[in-house]
Amino acid sequence: MEFLRPQTWAEALAAKAELPGAVPIQGGTDVMVEINFDVRRPPALLDLTRVAELARWSAEPDGRLRVGAGVPYARVISELADRLPGLAQAARTVGSPQIRNRGTVGGNLGAASPAGDSHPPLLACGAVIEVESAARGVRAVPAEEFYLGVKRNALEPDELIKAFVTPVAGGPQYFSKVGTRNAMVIAVCSFCVALHPAERRAGTGIGSAAPVPLRALAAEEFLAAELDWAGTAPLAPALLTRFGELVGAAAAPIDDVRGTAAYRRHALSVLARRTLTWAWNDHRKAAERCA
Amino acid sequence: MRLNFTVNGRATAVDDVWEGESLLYVLRERAGLPGAKNACEQGECGSCTVYLDGSPVCACLVAAGQAEGREVRTVEGLGGPGRLDPLQEAFVECGAVQCGFCTPGLLVQAHDLLERVTHPSDAEIREALAGNLCRCTGYEKILDAVRLAAERKAAAR
Repeated sequence: MEFLRPQTWAEALAAKAELPGAVPIQGGTDVMVEINFDVRRPPALLDLTRVAELARWSAEPDGRLRVGAGVPYARVISELADRLPGLAQAARTVGSPQIRNRGTVGGNLGAASPAGDSHPPLLACGAVIEVESAARGVRAVPAEEFYLGVKRNALEPDELIKAFVTPVAGGPQYFSKVGTRNAMVIAVCSFCVALHPAERRAGTGIGSAAPVPLRALAAEEFLAAELDWAGTAPLAPALLTRFGELVGAAAAPIDDVRGTAAYRRHALSVLARRTLTWAWNDHRKAAERCA
Repeated sequence: MRLNFTVNGRATAVDDVWEGESLLYVLRERAGLPGAKNACEQGECGSCTVYLDGSPVCACLVAAGQAEGREVRTVEGLGGPGRLDPLQEAFVECGAVQCGFCTPGLLVQAHDLLERVTHPSDAEIREALAGNLCRCTGYEKILDAVRLAAERKAAAR
């Protein structure tokens, strides 16, 4: 095995082009488990922790945020919670403090586990994943086109994940996750809702309840048609119930060691109702303050 | 490969490091520092917690080569020469140690908490230690020890 230690992004892309089998490693919280347990013996590890620009985030000219693939969860929580509340809430449920100090959204995207905690907020916010190769340059892949299957993503063998670009929250966002305790939990299922009041619509993301993380499109269309954005009334119980049903129906869960398909569908409906209630209540309070 | 890094303030070089090796293996088997413990090797138990450039991490999940030029501080480096850190003293006094296997990881993780938060609430202590498993104590004595150390460290400031 080789250990490649690029100092710049250009060096990293060149190394990946030369040795497409090299496995990129950032925080190591997924990659090292596979190596420790002999599940994987790649020809090389490509250590990206020295590429400084991956560890930065900044505002784009159009107001969106560009977050480098190497920004750890701990910094998503401490530095971006006001701008990306859904993702920060999800980050707070990742592993333990030690894992959050090392693990990154970029790594979550690279691993592409359907249970990854970053995916539902990235989907709900309309994030775009920036990938790059030395040969073909940058490609912007919408989050919903990035996940192709269980632990499979849209990366070509010579590409690396550079950043994700996402709008700053224009309204309340809530992430919720089902697990056996409040830490060290791989999601049984998870859900994120993001209200986009300026566009009079809401985004959704479902985790750990299908081969890929996905949006609940019918549920989003339902909200776009039914929500009274100008009003400050609480949501009708029938609306919440229908939203929960549509989110549950959008999933394609399986029975496994963490839960049954039926439980996941049911739990998703509950998470959907709860998170939408929290988000709408925040939205109403904000609307009342403005009135 | 050769690995150069700083451990507990001392410049250290180790040879014959395998490229897929973890920082934990290097510390325990090549650098003579068996304080950090090897248990789950997947970041679930926290027994191998060490500081890497000032942040607590699971040493089993850091590739050794990633520590090149970095600073590592292990449980062996928490106290001074012949002197325990007040947190270590509190663990002894409160009976927070039974079999002792989880203790080094808990010490480093709780040490970081007390560096950042002077008067942690119980909720903050529990969240900080959520990734450190102890199968003996039931955690109550560990919480007592962290509270006691927090009081003493705050009083000494």
